[in-house]
Amino acid sequence: MNKLLSPAGAEVLFMGNEAIARGALEAGVNVVTGYPGTPSSEVIERLSEVAREKNLYVEWSTNEKVALEVAAAASFSGLRAMCVMKQNGVNVASDFLLHLSSSGTRGGIVLVECEDPGALSSVNEGESRYFARMLEVPLLEPANFQEAKDLTRWAFELSEKIRNIVILRSVTRMSHASGNVICGRVPQGRRTARFISDGPAMDPLRGPVVSTPVVVKHGLQQKKLAVAAQLFEKSPFNSYIGPGKPELLIITSSACFLYSREAVEWLGLQKRVGILKLSCTWPLPEKLLKKYLRLTDRVMVVEEVLPFLEENIKVAAMGMLKAVGVKTFYGKMDRTLPSVGELNPEIVSAALGKIMKVRPKAMSSAYVREVEKAATKIPPREQTFCPGCPHRASFWNINTALKLDGREGIVCGDIGCYAMASLWPAIGFHTVRTLHSMGSGTGIASGFAKLAAFGLDKPVMAVCGDSTFYHAVIPALINARHNRADITFIVLDNAGTAMTGFQPHPGIGESAAGDPLPVVDIEAICRGLGAKVAVSDPFDLEATGKILTSFMAEKGALKVLILKQVCALSPEKKGKKQFQMKVNEELCLGDRCGCNRLCTRIFRCPALTWDKKKKKAVIDEVICAGCGVCFSICPQKAIERSEAEP
Amino acid sequence: MKKISLAKDPTNIIITGVGGQGNVLASRVLAGMLVNAGFVVTIGETFGMSQRGGSVMSHLRISSSSVLSPQIPQGRADIVIALEPVEALRVLTRYGNPDVAVLANARAVYPMGVITGEYDYPLPEEIEAMLKKLSAKSWMIDATSAAVALGNPVLSNIVMIGALAGASLLPIDRRAFEEEVTKSIPHDKRPINLAAFDAGRKMI
Repeated sequence: MNKLLSPAGAEVLFMGNEAIARGALEAGVNVVTGYPGTPSSEVIERLSEVAREKNLYVEWSTNEKVALEVAAAASFSGLRAMCVMKQNGVNVASDFLLHLSSSGTRGGIVLVECEDPGALSSVNEGESRYFARMLEVPLLEPANFQEAKDLTRWAFELSEKIRNIVILRSVTRMSHASGNVICGRVPQGRRTARFISDGPAMDPLRGPVVSTPVVVKHGLQQKKLAVAAQLFEKSPFNSYIGPGKPELLIITSSACFLYSREAVEWLGLQKRVGILKLSCTWPLPEKLLKKYLRLTDRVMVVEEVLPFLEENIKVAAMGMLKAVGVKTFYGKMDRTLPSVGELNPEIVSAALGKIMKVRPKAMSSAYVREVEKAATKIPPREQTFCPGCPHRASFWNINTALKLDGREGIVCGDIGCYAMASLWPAIGFHTVRTLHSMGSGTGIASGFAKLAAFGLDKPVMAVCGDSTFYHAVIPALINARHNRADITFIVLDNAGTAMTGFQPHPGIGESAAGDPLPVVDIEAICRGLGAKVAVSDPFDLEATGKILTSFMAEKGALKVLILKQVCALSPEKKGKKQFQMKVNEELCLGDRCGCNRLCTRIFRCPALTWDKKKKKAVIDEVICAGCGVCFSICPQKAIERSEAEP
Repeated sequence: MKKISLAKDPTNIIITGVGGQGNVLASRVLAGMLVNAGFVVTIGETFGMSQRGGSVMSHLRISSSSVLSPQIPQGRADIVIALEPVEALRVLTRYGNPDVAVLANARAVYPMGVITGEYDYPLPEEIEAMLKKLSAKSWMIDATSAAVALGNPVLSNIVMIGALAGASLLPIDRRAFEEEVTKSIPHDKRPINLAAFDAGRKMI
């Protein structure tokens, strides 16, 4: 049995994302959409596994905005819908979200966004809670695993009550952490979709679903928010632990609640410090806040990324100054807590200890000395492309072509594992020079290509992955073609949304639930745009190099090279070697070779190592994926390959 | 369910290794065994981009009663299980303390900086000596060779879980492993995983 379908009453170890998925099932969700992005992807992955059994429609949409639109249609038709994305996905969806929150919704609809404080798997430390305030919709933030499930379930009820979308925010340390969860009941039966729109214009359930008349609808939206605030005042999801008269009140939410509680316990401050945990964070429940602000004149706000809670609490406290008195606030704004990066129990302990003048027990100095000695012996372990990764070969090709061309061409990067080509240690040369949001590499390249008249006359390339292509590249590519931007655009097609776990996309003929779907072909789209298109295997260095060289020499056209090779970690490839690799020690000249260790210093495959004693290259059989590319890079032909036994 | 007590509540365990070594599966299997035994378990993990060739860690916090922070505070690991020897040292320099117990796989996976020649990888005897100095108890075992002998190096993670059971640091045994394997590992892969567990148990 799938763990997600555990019976009511069962106590199960759920990842935060699984708890959210289970909460949606317990709410009787019908339609689930989203776009993959760490740390959010498992919510949809887990639900897609039970889609058939629970009569769900689960969709990986082309991007977050489309995902929210698809989910909204279900809500308009009276179904319950959920849309899932990572923090910056909310930026993509936000234009529609502005209008959706104004038109209002019908069936319960929840936008789940999972943020990544500290950017553990992101190229930004984006914050999406401000969207709730700016777009005037309720915001919920679970503070433990049980709550991740229960709050998700309640979010649907809240949405249906106020007839508007509700945002549920998680973070990496909640989504990708796991804990015990007691399951509730999953309802039987299925709602019927009915879209009624011929009723009176202002009828929320029978009229047209539009954001006009704008001012009237805006007023209605604010009334809905006031109803949510009323419900938050009495919500069991907001709670207080601590003494009746604390010396300091911590106000916190999300994973920071767990850090705060641990810090208080570690410093032995349970009788001196109280914690108000808010899981309903916008609009703030002001009466509740007033009750606890009255208890003490010192307040510490513990939260990650921007001081959202802190700002809102300060504004609210100002409005109730007479009732609660003047407060001293500690948080991000006075730098009691760091303004960037993720928090953890020791950061919160240090800040709390400073305020309360308590020192945590120190480690023995003898042990600290041993730690310091050991630390000098530990080599750092940098991120790198996996053994057999097609991207290493692709960037080898691109770098070689740029060097042969000699004009210092510019390569614009995009979002995926291949973003690592912008980091020096990932591969032995800098290739990618810009890195921003999804699809932006192609837009930026399109801009660079128009600067020749201003003196910047260089070949311009952009790279993007296959999933990114569908997500946001197409408008930029149309722009390049239409405005005669002379770029070489390279699709690193590794057959899936590899970085987040091989979710299918429009180029893969499969739905989230594994049903066959038509393929939208990247090559055909590019040809349709009037581009000159070539397809190659990045592992074939000779053929790929020739195409790149000819593309760079050709002026006045949009050129597209699709480099097709399946990701080394994909289920179809993993553990299967195409080639058995071996270094011929007689041919390898080692340090005496003029190549200056091209293989181990520049190519940087974790499986191609250097034997310090023999001073020769050596293949690590356990790690080698058998892609065979290193066979082509050795000038001595000392790396030999033979077909691996199946 | 009858509750077995913990030597320390919470017991903080770190499973560490290099991306691709099966760290996440090891932590799920171990956590599953402990949840089945009636404990409250909190796991903290990072995966996605963070795993590509880099160091990987799972933090497990075992308690008879409470949900804890998914990140173990500095200096407060009780047990460290390392699928790669230098990663054991790396974890100890941040989370170690004089009472910690360490179980390390002896097989090195060289970081890129070592492959390129910018850094030196410590010798096995140096690593073993440092592990001893930084812990109350330590074991270094060749789990990868045992896994290769069973036909797949990726089984090293289960060999290490077997070794953990053999070291009697936690209330887990073969029966608990069998129960969890039945729940979480596909039918055809169960015998090989049981064999890996047994191989590990015998190495302590």
